[in-house]
Amino acid sequence: MSETKKFMYINRRPPCGTVYPLEGLEVVLIGAAFEQEVCMVFISDGVFQLKQGQDTIDSGMKNFSPTYRALGDYEVTRLYVERESLEERGLTEADLMPLTWEDEDDDWAEKPSIQIVSRTQLSDLLEEQDVVFNF
Amino acid sequence: MLHTVNKSPFESASLKTCLGLAKSGSDILLIEDGVYGALAGTIHTTMLAEAAGTVSVYALGPDLKARGLPEDRLIPGIKVVGYDGFVELACTNDKVQSWL
Repeated sequence: MSETKKFMYINRRPPCGTVYPLEGLEVVLIGAAFEQEVCMVFISDGVFQLKQGQDTIDSGMKNFSPTYRALGDYEVTRLYVERESLEERGLTEADLMPLTWEDEDDDWAEKPSIQIVSRTQLSDLLEEQDVVFNF
Repeated sequence: MLHTVNKSPFESASLKTCLGLAKSGSDILLIEDGVYGALAGTIHTTMLAEAAGTVSVYALGPDLKARGLPEDRLIPGIKVVGYDGFVELACTNDKVQSWL
């Protein structure tokens, strides 16, 4: 049995302007196969990645935002969104996609994946990690 | 003159620099991640809302839609245009300054 480490993926960029968010999401999904203790963090413009209602039909880009819904099935169940980043951007939790996961140990109850946390809480979480990736 | 801004105001000073240098009567078009500058209720809203008194501010509709930003969340007075409107603005202005 190999040692389980705490992995944190930090997302700081808006969804469309660069390929980082998509690449980051793919790394998280691939990395999920290694059964580590994984969480994702959305700060700064990264919070826009989770914005509801993204529709790229008119701009001819690929819309990968529905892929975030797959995270729960890959047991990536903790998505931390910084409250201060939301507030600076005039957003609330209601603006974000309703992402959920099913808890095997609780009769497959559907639970929210997104947790709104303060900058202070995030700072403590960051300190706890063994490995941190940035996208 | 037409000014285009394609960077998020939360990540870059492009919008601030543009608004500081744009003459009264200029057209300012927000494109790509620049459309985040059109959002109401943010830490940058006041800066753009004040500028909108002397310049005309536009935002590119397809880029707003791609980012899930509906028109009712924008700063009042900002006009949403399509690609045809972008061409129209580029043609009616004698020069285009891109704040990349």
